Amino acid sequence: MTLVEMIWTSSAALLTLFTFSYLYKDNPFYKFAEHLVVGVSAGYFAIILYYGSFVPKVIDTIFKQGWWYYSIPAALGILMWTRFSKKFSWISRFSLAFYMGIAVGVSIPLTLQNYVLKHLVETTRPINFTSLNGIWQFLVVVFVFSTLTYFFFSREHKGAFGVSAKLGIGVLMIAFGAGFGLTVMGRVSLLAERVLFLKDYLVELKYFLYMLFKYGILL
Amino acid sequence: MISYFILNIPSAIPWFDFNRINVLITLAVFFCFLLYFIGRAKKGKSLFIRRIAGLDAIEEAVGRATEMGRPILYIPGIEDMDNIQTVASMIILGNVAKMAATYETPLIVPICRPFVVPVAEESVQQGYLAAGKPDAYDKNSVRYISDEQFAYTAGVNGIMLRERPAANLMFGSFFAESLLMAETGFSTGAIQVAGTANIHQLPFFVVACDYTIIGEELYAVSAYLSKEPKLLGTLKGSDLAKLVIMIILVLGAILITANILWFKNWFFVQ
Repeated sequence: MTLVEMIWTSSAALLTLFTFSYLYKDNPFYKFAEHLVVGVSAGYFAIILYYGSFVPKVIDTIFKQGWWYYSIPAALGILMWTRFSKKFSWISRFSLAFYMGIAVGVSIPLTLQNYVLKHLVETTRPINFTSLNGIWQFLVVVFVFSTLTYFFFSREHKGAFGVSAKLGIGVLMIAFGAGFGLTVMGRVSLLAERVLFLKDYLVELKYFLYMLFKYGILL
Repeated sequence: MISYFILNIPSAIPWFDFNRINVLITLAVFFCFLLYFIGRAKKGKSLFIRRIAGLDAIEEAVGRATEMGRPILYIPGIEDMDNIQTVASMIILGNVAKMAATYETPLIVPICRPFVVPVAEESVQQGYLAAGKPDAYDKNSVRYISDEQFAYTAGVNGIMLRERPAANLMFGSFFAESLLMAETGFSTGAIQVAGTANIHQLPFFVVACDYTIIGEELYAVSAYLSKEPKLLGTLKGSDLAKLVIMIILVLGAILITANILWFKNWFFVQ
């Protein structure tokens, strides 16, 4: 490991420890790590947006390729700057309305297709009480039906409807429990990865210091 | 031809995809439901919506923050304004701001996406205006933190630890940061109410928050709080759409068991 690599790895290890120090309580080291990540990310995203969006979608398309219609969204973007003026800040609403309108228009058919129709097709399968799969399929239909009744807002959850809604929320809680367990396992593996990083770092550091002493650089 | 010469767009792209005609028909039917109920709501006809338990929890949280003399932290998720959950969250924010203004409790709204900032500012400002206290609106209550997910999380956690809000309200689209925020809020002893339609994040809110608004309840809350005819009509319309989906589900299962396939195939999207 070179000296530069060692400095960067040491920084990563130190910042990991600073962040973990929050487990004890809020302290200046954690504060430093927190402010560093917030500040660095702000600068990083400014550059990403400039080179990832502004240059290819505004400069390149309008000035190099001559696609003049790209100047319409660019102008809408510029209108957002009117928010700095009290008198003209209302103009920025056009950009917001345009943005939200386009986003909703694009997302509604896709949502219906991916979250309603595709799920509907996958849920409707043959029910057969003579096989385990068939019984499972019956349960899937019952559970989906009861879960949908829970999200029915036009009626109070009373009587048979209430029983169905209770079954629905029970099914949801089972699903949440499974999801929680799965994610906790994922987070533990992230922790393990970080601990292994620190362990490897200590080995590297030890070797690095040994080499420094061996060749008398520190002396 | 016109599109090619004026906009330089290749004309080979078809304007209409006939393979997705079923999506169009379903969408048209659902829109008819919405328009019908929006029309009814606009005419002033009463549309019943059951009370959602989470609503009381929001009022309780605001009340507790007022009693303790500490701020309310409102987190609108990490998605942009093109996400419908963020839109619903902004409506709830307006109502929370109104409550905060009424009780003169400070409100902090950390934001992850730049586009959400002006909308959040307007929502809070409108809330203060609706409460009759426009002068009490603090421009610094809406704060842009960072576009980066975990930088935003770190910033929000910092606010929770240092400004010690008594109530944390989290409504919107959340991802991996949900547990990090909810856990930090729990450790500070704040009363927490959360709501998201991101099913994969709901378990963490259920575990770490005092009350969780599950999935579509988020939209119902925004409709209930705003009493806006369009939102109420939409909610009723979506209820009818759900009823249709439930009927299709049962009917589809019966028909496919009887080996009648055309019904299921009609809903298949290529």
